[in-house]
Formats: sequence, structure tokens, C-alpha cells
Amino acid sequence: MTPVSAPAPSRPAAVALLGIAKKFGQFVALRDIDLTVAPGEFVCFLGPSGCGKTTLLRIIAGLERQNAGQVTMAGRDVSGLPPSLRNYGIVFQSYALFPNLTVARNVGYGLETRRRPRAEIDRRVDELLTLVGLSAHKAKYPAQLSGGEQQRIALARALAPSPALLLLDEPLSALDARVRQSLRHEIRALQRRLGVTTIMVTHDQEEALAMADRIVVMNHGVVEQVGTPMEVYTRPRSPFVARFVGQMNFLEAIAGDRAGWARLGTVEMRHGATEALVAGTRLTLAIRPEEILVGPAAEGRENRLVTRIRAVQFLGPFTRLSLTLPDGAPALECDVAATAFAALGAAEGSELALALRADALRVFPLAG
Amino acid sequence: MASALPSLPAALPDRTVRHRLGAEDLVRWALVALLAAILYLFVLYPLLQVIWRSLLANDGTFVGAANYRRYFGTPAIAQSIGNSLFVSIVSMAITVTLAFVYAYGLTRTRMPGRGVFRLVAMLPLFAPSLVQALAFIYVFGNNGIVTRTTGWNIGIYGAKGIVMAEVFYCFPHALLILVAALSATDARLYDAARTLGASPLRTFLTVTLPGVKFGLVSACFVVFTLVITDFGAPKAIGGKFSVMATEIYNQVSGQQNFTMGATVSVVLLIPAVLAFLVDRVVQRRRYALVTASSRPLAPAPRPAADWGAFAYCALVAGAIAGMYLAIVVYSLVMRWPYNFTPTLRHYRFDTVGGYAPLLNSVYVAALTALVGTVLTFVGAYVIEKCRTAWSGPLYLLAVLPVSIPGMVLGLAYIFTFNVAGSTLNVLYGTLAILIVSNVIHYFTVGFLTATTALRQMDAEFENVSASLGVPFYRTFWRVTVPMALPSIVAISMYFFLNAMVTLSAVVFLVAPGTELAAVAVLLMDDAGDAAQAAAMSVCIVAIGLAVRLGYWALMRGVDRHTQAWREPREAATEAVPR
Repeated sequence: MTPVSAPAPSRPAAVALLGIAKKFGQFVALRDIDLTVAPGEFVCFLGPSGCGKTTLLRIIAGLERQNAGQVTMAGRDVSGLPPSLRNYGIVFQSYALFPNLTVARNVGYGLETRRRPRAEIDRRVDELLTLVGLSAHKAKYPAQLSGGEQQRIALARALAPSPALLLLDEPLSALDARVRQSLRHEIRALQRRLGVTTIMVTHDQEEALAMADRIVVMNHGVVEQVGTPMEVYTRPRSPFVARFVGQMNFLEAIAGDRAGWARLGTVEMRHGATEALVAGTRLTLAIRPEEILVGPAAEGRENRLVTRIRAVQFLGPFTRLSLTLPDGAPALECDVAATAFAALGAAEGSELALALRADALRVFPLAG
Repeated sequence: MASALPSLPAALPDRTVRHRLGAEDLVRWALVALLAAILYLFVLYPLLQVIWRSLLANDGTFVGAANYRRYFGTPAIAQSIGNSLFVSIVSMAITVTLAFVYAYGLTRTRMPGRGVFRLVAMLPLFAPSLVQALAFIYVFGNNGIVTRTTGWNIGIYGAKGIVMAEVFYCFPHALLILVAALSATDARLYDAARTLGASPLRTFLTVTLPGVKFGLVSACFVVFTLVITDFGAPKAIGGKFSVMATEIYNQVSGQQNFTMGATVSVVLLIPAVLAFLVDRVVQRRRYALVTASSRPLAPAPRPAADWGAFAYCALVAGAIAGMYLAIVVYSLVMRWPYNFTPTLRHYRFDTVGGYAPLLNSVYVAALTALVGTVLTFVGAYVIEKCRTAWSGPLYLLAVLPVSIPGMVLGLAYIFTFNVAGSTLNVLYGTLAILIVSNVIHYFTVGFLTATTALRQMDAEFENVSASLGVPFYRTFWRVTVPMALPSIVAISMYFFLNAMVTLSAVVFLVAPGTELAAVAVLLMDDAGDAAQAAAMSVCIVAIGLAVRLGYWALMRGVDRHTQAWREPREAATEAVPR
């Protein structure tokens, strides 16, 4: 794979993985993972549960031992080092705050064994609590704090010894939606300010898109794609990525005689792929629901289709239409701004003309 | 375009990459090795000795299954198997039935006096099983008060007496389990049953009973195991009715026939191990009835049921209290049941040399509590948190002791620690061997309580510490132990109380100078000095109650000072009721 924002050659990668593989019994959880993370970068491991993303994070942390491969941090081979010698801070999904210690003691936990003077520890604890905006809660116990506050304490504790690397294992998934939104920004801002290299595991594509410099999309123990949020969203390299990050419609089609054309049922469609395909090859066309043009916007465009509205789902800012093609078969989902939908004057059962923008029509080999 | 799956490197090794060992790992492995050595030396090796000795003749020659053939071929001895099973099953059925109704009254009715009933029912936990038997003898025996005053002799000596004593002895054990089972319910189930128009009987049969079935099964196995392994009650009240535990004692102490003792021991191991295994298999299918959204059941007043339950509980609690009252009175009068002049002369304990046995008992119990708590808690920590290839086998060894009957353990220790020329002999005849045998005898419950407490803790604590460069033993001391303190206190109390009342394991191991109170009760009763036996029993119960009270006060202090961090709704973890 080619990392898009390749690390500057002068500084060694903050984390470099080379050929990491992991087995649990006979089950292969990770195969041949290569990845480099640049200093200061925020990388998200994104994938469905069981894809191996947490295992990969735990291998980097030294909490899980790989069957093959090498982990280097800042040019230092740490493959054989126990967790305590790797220099990272970690926040778990459960936060794992020590419930019997106060907030201040939790944050100072990693400093106390480093034989630093008490005053220095206190100063650093205050500094971090200020950083996460919780100085007022110093003397409280974790159970007296809200979930979001606990999360920030866990973050402060992980950052207290100034680690070179911050690992976040689904840090927001235990929180309710509103808190999650605000913490996303907060963690991202904090990470930018401190410039600490960060790897976060998540199964929430929205979270990954909103927070990461680069996203590593994983599935079945392999890396499907690495790229910026924009790249992963607009140019998914596989149907899996297309489906997992955002919504995507898939339409079965046949490659046409001319390059850049395919036949969908009886309609000739121009698509975005430039490489030549053998005419008659079966393939999949993909387009996101919000990229479909409907009503007046579709008039006079290429790739026009007339569909029928099967169901209308009002989702606030936009309305999701479930459409059937003229032959009755494969359904399309189409998102229309709520106001635009009102202007259409369409309802369930009515016909709807639309156009599939050629530049938005992606081509994948037929799945399966 | 989608990339094809990268092909796997030709052969992915089964072994994972090794991490460099640090000082911390040395500590970790040292603990694992120490635990393994202790469990091997004091559990597995002695047990193997018993099995091996059952295959030898008394002169040490190997005879294979000859001892077993003789055992099953001698009706007088073989009968003990059927007798044991008979009293165990009958006691189990009666105890669990009585305890279930009692527990139902405590948890599901609004009868008055529930707190008092709960306390009184716990009384038998504080006395050796032998004492329950003595109480029945004082009341219904040939010279019992009922027999003497009414002339009605119910013929207490034998199976009847054993069952009655065992029912009393096991009642609180069953009750604790059933109260826990009946308390863990969801009021919404009962609301649902009512809205669906189910009758009270139907609700009981379809909601209440299924909800407590695992508790019932557990109670049955616990009582069965307690009875079949008990020595004290059948020894005191069994008369000529021989059960396996008393048969081991007769063979070993009476006839010096150690190999036959070993043979009966191995046979006695079978039902105890089976009961344990079946219970574990059943409990594995247990599911959580109470979830975060459950609503506790608040029983509504039902005058008929409430007063019915009250009458029943008063009867049972009255019987228990009455039995204990009989012992107290017996110890304080000149000559029960003829001369009720008050006296303290029975408390001189002249037949067993004064208070030495009682002091020994307290000393042994205190050290058993200390050693047992440290060993079970650290052991559970090593097995749970220092995951190694040894964790599985060590766990098995740690839960094995619960299925070793006390008599068998005691005999095993004779075979292990009383061998001419062996260095292991240094323990024999000391108080240390009594402490060790108690620790091992009651190891499993302490261990499982500790394991439960540890499993409730976040599995990532150790990982967080490692990432912060804090060694695991520091986190153990600063976080794990303080968090588990209620469980630790409960475990130590469990060890103390059981060490005070146990008879079966130690009866083979006491030596001149290391007599224990419970053994003294047996000896004095054997010597015909029933009043002194009663007085000693009163002392044992009094010490147990005093310690329990002290623990209760201590726990309140512990809660206030170390558990301030707990959310109010989170209750301290209770020890496994055994």
C-alpha cells in the first residue's frame, strides 16, 4: 500500500508495522499487516467487530503477542519488549480508572513510581487536569463523575508521563451520542495541541471520518485501504470499504464495448473508471445516495433512469427514498434534501426521474 | 479496485513472539511456582498417597484391588456406603425443603421479625456438627429431658438422630443459598404474570420455582456433600449405625487398619467429587436473572401468608434456639436432667487439661484465617491475572479440596507427614499441620470468593499499569487489595469460623499438646463427661459469635474508611455462603 501522506524521510516513523500476523488457535486474526504512522499523526483503525483492529492495537501495545512481524517505535524495534518498556499511554473502552483512588491519584499513578518529587507530580497532575478541564474534580472518586468526565480523566492519566504514543481503544463507544460528539472535537484538539502520535480503534465510521488524519480500514484481519478520510470516502478501493464507510448503492452491470461505459439493464451508462475492461465482463456500479440527481437537477443529464418511489423515510435534514428500477428489480437508495423533496411533489408510488453522475459512478468487479 | 487477500507467509508459526523477561516476570513466575508447589505438596501429593495406600496391604506390599474386594465383601463395612447415601439423601431432602419455606418467608413475605429469624437460623454455623448431635441427645436421648419427663423415648441413636442433627447443622448453609436465590428476582416478571391473569399457584410454579432452580440444585449438593463427609454428628449420635466417615475413623483409630481406612476414603471421595462436578456443570448453565434494569421485588402484605410464614419460622427458629438453650443450660447445671442447681464447675475442663484446647483452637483459627486468606487471595490473583499455561491446572487443583472429605484429608496428611525418616515429618504433631489442613480443607470456597471478586474488577487494570510503567505488584497492593477488602474480610471470617468448628480433618492430626476445642468436645463426650462437652461447645459458639460481631463492627469501619469510593447502590460482595 502507499500511504498518502508519507512520513518525512528525515524522521523515523512513530510506529512502523512490518508483516504483523496473529493467530488465535487456528483462527488467523491478522495477516501480513504493514503500516507506518508519522510522528504527530492521528490514525484510526476502522472496521467491523472481529476485523482484528483491537488485536492490532494490543500488539502495538505489547498486550498481545504477534506470531510474526515487527513493531518499531521511533526507529526502535519493540517487538520483543513487554508493555512497560514501550512508552505509550492507553485509554480503554472501559477507561479502567482505579475506582478506589481519587481523580488526582489516578492521573498521577504513572508518575509516582518514576521517583519524581511530590511537588513535581502535583504540578503535572494539575497541568493535565487543567488541560482536560477537570481541575475542580481533583478530590473526587471516578464513580462520582459522568462517563464523559471519566473518559477525560483516563486520557489525562495516559498522557501524564508524556508518552511518545497515545493508544485509544474505542474510547467513545461507552458514551451517549451527544457527549460522544463533543469529546470527538475535544480529543482531536488536545491531540493537535500536544502533537502526540495517536492511534485510535473504532467501529464508528463517522468518528473515524471526523477525527483521523488517516484511516486504516480493516476487514477479516487485512487492511482494505489506508487513506485520508476524504480519500476513503470518495475513492473507496473495495466494495467493503464503500459499504462500511458511508452509504453506497450497488448495481449489477455489464462492461460495454467502449471504455468507460457499462450496460445497466437496457440503459448504457457512462462511469468514472478509466481502465479498459473486457466487454461483457460483469461488474458492479456503485454510487452514494446523496450523489444521485433527481427532479429538475436530473433533466438533460446523462445516465438518466426512471424509477418508482417504493418508500419515503423522513430523516430530518434529508429524506431517504427507496427506489425501484423500471424492471422492478434492484433497489436504489437516494438522499434528497428535505426542502428539495418537498419541491418535487413526489410521494410513495410516484415515478421519479433521476440521473447517476458519471464521475460519481464507481466500478468494482462483481462481488462474490 | 479491490485487492485480493494477501497470501499468508508460507508458514505462520504457532508460537508467538517472545517478550523479554523483566524483573516483574520473575516475581510473577516465582508466585506461580510457589502456588504450584503448595498445592502439589498439600493437595495433590497427599491425595495420591491415600489412593496409593488403598492399593497396599498393611505391611506395604502391593495387593491391587484386594482391599476394595474385602471392603465390598464385608457386609459390616460395606453397609456404611448405603447408610451414608441414605442419611445424606434424606437429610438433603428435609433440609432443603425446610430451608426453602423459611427462605421464602424471609424474602417473599412481610411477616414480622424477619431480622431475628435470619439471625437465629445462622446459629448452627457457629458450632461443630457434633454439637447439634449432642443437643439432640440432651433432649431426646436416653437421659434426655423429654425422655425423662415424658417417658417417651424416640430412639434417637442411629439414622434418625443423624438425620435430625444434620438437618440442623446444614440448615443455615442451605438457607443462605436459597435466600440469595430468592432475593435475585425481577419484580417485572411478577407484574407480567399478574397482567396475564396467572393464579398465585401458577405464578409460583412458572416464575418463582424456575427462578430459583439453580439455587435449589446448589443447596441440594451443598447439603449432600456436608452430610456425606460429616464425621461429628454420626460419631456422637449414630450409635451402631455406621457411615463412611465414622468407618474411616474406626478403621484408623480403632483398628489401626490404615489401608482399609484409605480404601473407604477413596470410595467416599467418589460421591463427593461427583456432587461437586455435577453442581459445576449445572451452574455453568446459569444465566443472569437480575440485570441493570431489574426492579427489586417488594412483597405486598398478604395477612394469611405473612402470618402462616411467621408461625412456621417461629417454630423452626424456636427449635434451633431451643437446642442451643439446652446446651447452655446443660453446661450450667449440676446434673441435667435431675439436678438443675446452677454451677460453673463444668467450665473447669479438668478432663482435657483446662483451657489449653480452647486457646489452641483460637490460635489455630486465627492463623488459619490469616494464612488461608493470603493464600487464597494471592492464589486467585496469580491464576486470574498472571495468565500462564499453568493457570488451568492450578485452578483445578485449587477447586479440588472442596470435594475432599475432611476425614480423607486428615488421613492423607498422616500418610504424607507421618512417615519415618521423611523431612516432611517436621510438621507432624505441630499446630502448623492443623493450620495447613484447615487452610486446604476450606481452600476452595475462599479461593472462589476471591476469584469472583477479582473477576468483577476491570481486566485492563494490569494493562493500564503496565503502560504507565507501574509493576503489577504495586497495583495489586494499591488497587486490587483495597477494592477487594470486603471479600477479603469475608474470606478470613469464613476460615476462622470453620477452623473453630471443624472436627473431621483435624481429628487424626491432633497430638498431645495440640488438642483443639472441637476434638475436646468429642473426647469429653466419649469419656462420658457430657456436661463438660456442653460447656466447651458453649465456649466455641460464644467465641464464634464474638468474632462474628467483631467482624461486623470491623466491616462497618472498613466500609467507611476504604470503600468511600463505592457508589451507594453498589453493595459489598458477600462471601460464597458455605
